[in-house]
Amino acid sequence: MANWIINNGLTAFILVVWMGINTFLFVWFYFFYDLGEQFFYTRHLLGSALAWARAPAAVLNFNCLLILLPVCRNLLSLLRGSFVCCGRTMRKQLDHNLSFHKLVAYMIALMTAVHMIAHLLNVEWYNNSRRGVYDKLSLALSNLEDTGNTTYLNPIRTISVDAQQTPTYLVFTTIAGLTGVVITLALILIITSSMEVIRRSYFEVFWYTHHLFIIFFAGLVFHGAGRIVRNQQNLKEHNFTFCKDRSDDWGRIPECPVPQFAGGFPQTWMWVIGPMILYLCERLLRFVRYMQTVRYRKIVMRPSKVLELQLVKNGFKMEVGQYVFLNCPAISQLEWHPFTMTSAPEEDFFSIHIRSAGDWTDKLISIMQELPEGAQGPKMGVDGPFGTASEDVFDYEVSMLVGAGIGVTPFASILKSIWYKFKDSNPKLRTRKIYFYWLCRETHAFEWFADLLQGLEKEMEERGMVDFLTYKLFLTGWDQSHANHAWVHFDEDTDVVTGLKQKTQYGRPAWDKEFEQVRKENPTSVVGTFLCGPAALAKVLEKKCAKYSDVDPRKTKFYFNKENF
Amino acid sequence: MGKIEWAMWANEQALASGLIYLTGGIVGVAGQFRGWEYAAFAVAAGAFVCLLEYPRSKRSKGTGVERTGQYCFTVCVKAFGPLTRNYYVRAFLHAALCVPGGFMLATVLGCVCLGIASLIYLVAAIRGEHWEPILPRKEVPKPAGSINKPPQNPPPRPPPETRRKRVEDLEGAAYDNAIDVTADE
Repeated sequence: MANWIINNGLTAFILVVWMGINTFLFVWFYFFYDLGEQFFYTRHLLGSALAWARAPAAVLNFNCLLILLPVCRNLLSLLRGSFVCCGRTMRKQLDHNLSFHKLVAYMIALMTAVHMIAHLLNVEWYNNSRRGVYDKLSLALSNLEDTGNTTYLNPIRTISVDAQQTPTYLVFTTIAGLTGVVITLALILIITSSMEVIRRSYFEVFWYTHHLFIIFFAGLVFHGAGRIVRNQQNLKEHNFTFCKDRSDDWGRIPECPVPQFAGGFPQTWMWVIGPMILYLCERLLRFVRYMQTVRYRKIVMRPSKVLELQLVKNGFKMEVGQYVFLNCPAISQLEWHPFTMTSAPEEDFFSIHIRSAGDWTDKLISIMQELPEGAQGPKMGVDGPFGTASEDVFDYEVSMLVGAGIGVTPFASILKSIWYKFKDSNPKLRTRKIYFYWLCRETHAFEWFADLLQGLEKEMEERGMVDFLTYKLFLTGWDQSHANHAWVHFDEDTDVVTGLKQKTQYGRPAWDKEFEQVRKENPTSVVGTFLCGPAALAKVLEKKCAKYSDVDPRKTKFYFNKENF
Repeated sequence: MGKIEWAMWANEQALASGLIYLTGGIVGVAGQFRGWEYAAFAVAAGAFVCLLEYPRSKRSKGTGVERTGQYCFTVCVKAFGPLTRNYYVRAFLHAALCVPGGFMLATVLGCVCLGIASLIYLVAAIRGEHWEPILPRKEVPKPAGSINKPPQNPPPRPPPETRRKRVEDLEGAAYDNAIDVTADE
């Protein structure tokens, strides 16, 4: 429980605050329209559907303000940088930006549905009032003309259109109606193309359709310009309690002048203009970053169709475990793809390892393969770095690092950085011993990482520091041919799969054994455990950390860090 | 956008449209709007579209993800054979179903959304896509009991003459084992 609070407490708090604000807005505006005296006559025509339409509108204003903010990744980076004082938990919230964006989108969809249904009812009842289906007061109110000294209440002004088509006619001849239909349609198209299935398989469809948000926001800003929801202006002169039953006498007796109506000032633009400007700045910044020169230091084709790019960019500073977005106009003008960096901050370049995983990556790899020796690659735009740095890794005396599958990539950066800091006796590094566990189904596409480990292995041997790094490789996807191969070569010095001194083990790790070993070898240390891998594994490791930690402060303690690389 | 299967997006759009059509229809009927008959039609059409579109098609490349509990719907939809397999039929069906929605405000949005879904299905049909049911895979038989079946023949041994212990010539009786039999190094 305590662990949950530490890991998720701040997120839960933020969500509670967000829902609280939504609920408050809904309830406040509901009662504003349901009890407000200036809306008495409007309510007479519409009933509670007026409040049911206006309350979600307020929630929509708030959420449309919020939705643009989590996708301003450069703005978030700026915030992250200035929060250095406020602790990592705060900064890590910024890593959940996309989840928040989706949550706000769901709220917008829900409120749009409520808003739309309420307005469908409103339009129908305006129509009925206009045609005298309801009581005398309703007809009288609806008959108020928009002339010199009277103002209208009922937005349906003509009755010459066929009764069944009047609502449709109203919607398509008013600003509110037209913009409403257009932006709802845009919203629906955005949502259907953002479903996980479409997003993961056809990113382009998702990305290009998502730009309908421009139409959405444009329509949203003008949606209230028609001032179609009207309230009474002359409450003091015209007391509705007295005058509501005397509609025949309006304008004829001094107590009841003709009621005057006007629409409310459109407010949505006040909510969304700020984020719209911020987002515009964000896109401009991405463009500026894209124009900055990026030089290729080295281009290497690794086995299993993995491309390593070493790039240099002026003023680029990174931390361990961060990622960048790459854009290659030769392949696609508008696509930006994220890649975790595999170099250490101590190096004067940054590197990424790109695996063949789709259209864009395949094209990039084929372009690089056709390049002549030593030539510069195609123009590349780099945006970033993004992500919360994983500096905690350096704070523990003993570190257990667990990388599963593709999750091993940030550890390339971390291991290299630890090694550089160790060589330079960097005081920031408190780590004296590292246990690295690499789990993968197959080593296909990770040979480059094995090379990295080999390099580290050699350097450590040269310095007589063989104990610094203990690594274990677990091949979880073995089959009979693997077993045969290993069995035949069992007496060789290096491992058949990776070429490393450390032998590959097959199947999943027996965590109890591993934790026992770490505890035995480090009887008095504080051990930090870091995972980049599936959530199921996170649960297992969390339990083991709790199990093997000793209450006695002089003995070994394990701390599990739930990392989100 | 080379490898996209338009039918996947058309399917999401059509399912959403079905729901919107259905909702608009319910509002129209429940509120007793003018033209509620069109709304009643929309309820039926919307429900029908939802049922038709719920089972996802198998993808021609890569693995498809089933929707929860879609198997019984898959079976029903599969039963109509070429009518549901062909996307031209679906495109025209959706186009036809959406038209009555245009006559009443509550169902207009459903009408337009379904119309868009119909267009995307038309694109999918022109590109030659078709609907394939996702059926549960049969159990893949294990490779002929390599581990489970015990060996039928004894291991290869030299002929009995050389095997018999010749006490008078122990040195000559020794032979090299094919496989190293030492237990550990």
